[in-house]
Amino acid sequence: MKSMKSNGWAFIMPAMVMIGLFMIYPILSSLWMSLQTGRGMNLSFGGFDNLLRLTEDPVFLQALLNTGTFLVVQVPIMIVLALLMATLLNNPDLKFRGLLRTAIFLPCVTSLVAYAILFKSMFALDGVVNQTLIGLYLIDQPIPWLSDPFWAKVLVIIGITWRWTGYNMIFYLAALQNIDRSIYEAARVDGVPPRAVFFRLTIPMLKPVILFTCVMSTIGTLQLFDEVVNLTEGGPGDATLTLSMYIYNLTFKFMPSFGYAATVSYVIVVLVAILSFIQFYVARDRK
Amino acid sequence: MRSFRTLATYGFLGVMAFVSVFPFAWMIIGATNTSADIIKGRSWPGSALAENLSTLVTTNNVPEILYNSFKVAIIGTALTLLVASMAGYGFEVFKSRFKDRVFGGLLLLMSIPFAALMVPLFVLTGKIGLINTHIGVILPSVAALSLLFIMFYFRQATIAFPSELRDAARVDGLKEWQIFAFIYMPVMKSTYAAATIIVFMAQWNSYLWPLIVLQTNDKKTITLAISSLGTQQLPDYGALMVATILATLPTLLIFFVLQRQFVQGMLGAVK
Repeated sequence: MKSMKSNGWAFIMPAMVMIGLFMIYPILSSLWMSLQTGRGMNLSFGGFDNLLRLTEDPVFLQALLNTGTFLVVQVPIMIVLALLMATLLNNPDLKFRGLLRTAIFLPCVTSLVAYAILFKSMFALDGVVNQTLIGLYLIDQPIPWLSDPFWAKVLVIIGITWRWTGYNMIFYLAALQNIDRSIYEAARVDGVPPRAVFFRLTIPMLKPVILFTCVMSTIGTLQLFDEVVNLTEGGPGDATLTLSMYIYNLTFKFMPSFGYAATVSYVIVVLVAILSFIQFYVARDRK
Repeated sequence: MRSFRTLATYGFLGVMAFVSVFPFAWMIIGATNTSADIIKGRSWPGSALAENLSTLVTTNNVPEILYNSFKVAIIGTALTLLVASMAGYGFEVFKSRFKDRVFGGLLLLMSIPFAALMVPLFVLTGKIGLINTHIGVILPSVAALSLLFIMFYFRQATIAFPSELRDAARVDGLKEWQIFAFIYMPVMKSTYAAATIIVFMAQWNSYLWPLIVLQTNDKKTITLAISSLGTQQLPDYGALMVATILATLPTLLIFFVLQRQFVQGMLGAVK
């Protein structure tokens, strides 16, 4: 009996060692680092100096605002689009269902860096997107996607939505397929309008999956890095700079400031914790 | 009313499908056009494919870059799968109240974003002398990228692993590690297949951590090569399109060949 128990630990140990060394130790050492100030390896204890510096750092505040904007605008758009497409694709009478589903899912296989570069070339000033929009008489001047602070943010949001909507849709489709069709049949017989079916039936039943995808998307958006680096390089100015990119810049681009960078990274940890908590709270079962 | 709704459905889904697929077509057409034509929005095939290829091959050591990418992704995937499946097996088969507490604690770590780890991980990797090595890329990214997620996935899947198989193997005198290697692993091969796809994708497409660790050109992976070509002052989009095709092809192939396992793997977490 005793040897069986020790065997069990032998299976778990390699994972524990790796997680301890490369996750638990860094997260604790990051907490310690955030209490230190100074450049490079010359660190001295600074207490809460870094926290004060955060409140007076315009670049940090800009990055926080940008990341928050991406989160608040992009995640709802994507979730609604994904839900809508999943509901439509769940109709067994729909023709080309498999083809449409595969097409919409396809963006998930691309690397973030590769699609960012593709988008950069498509959204060039005289590029294919502006030409198409002008051709459709939707705009009469090309949109400065990459050089205008507002449109650069829009471009990043379009990019993330393109890459991740199909991914989220797959979760909803799988959940929808687990719902007994007879419930929908009953609603149809009772003459419930489609809109009510969507809001009163589909959404409540998908709540756990929606919560899961919201939490995942929130964590993902708070870490946004690959796209902004390769699509807009954080610009123009700092218009699309994100928290992750700022941490990277603080550590690897400017004179390294490990203590302060660690403090900014804890901002992300705290935001993830708070936002996940809020989402769980909002989605809880009201009795 | 009904036909209008049907039309709107097809219209909406059709536009969405087109928008989803267009960048792939753009990438393939772009590979045959010159950089100047690409940013002028030329969306029909041209004749610059050979030129783009030779630009890419002369400015970059393509075989080396692909070798690095495959090396990091394959070793990283194999290591993640081995360590994670062992742990998932251990937590489920040798269940105890204490182990369940440990498991719960580990799950909490799943929501820690990588951005929060990168600074201390960089300092740590420097201390053990692994900066600019592939091992320095692999070890931390195995631990921080998908180990917890896959461990959780395997624990869930292990619930369905029949305990009679284990008991029979014990009676036959197999050691615990032999049961794992010769009974569990073959029985769970569809779980391994789904997990392989997910982890390989994450490792192959990984960017931030390799960017931090790898500093010389001879170590670079394909994502890093694309990024440094793409963020130049005047990027050569023709060569870049060829490079993005190279970066996308492996994952695209896996997707089309193993579509069912692909989707199954992605859904693993919510089942």
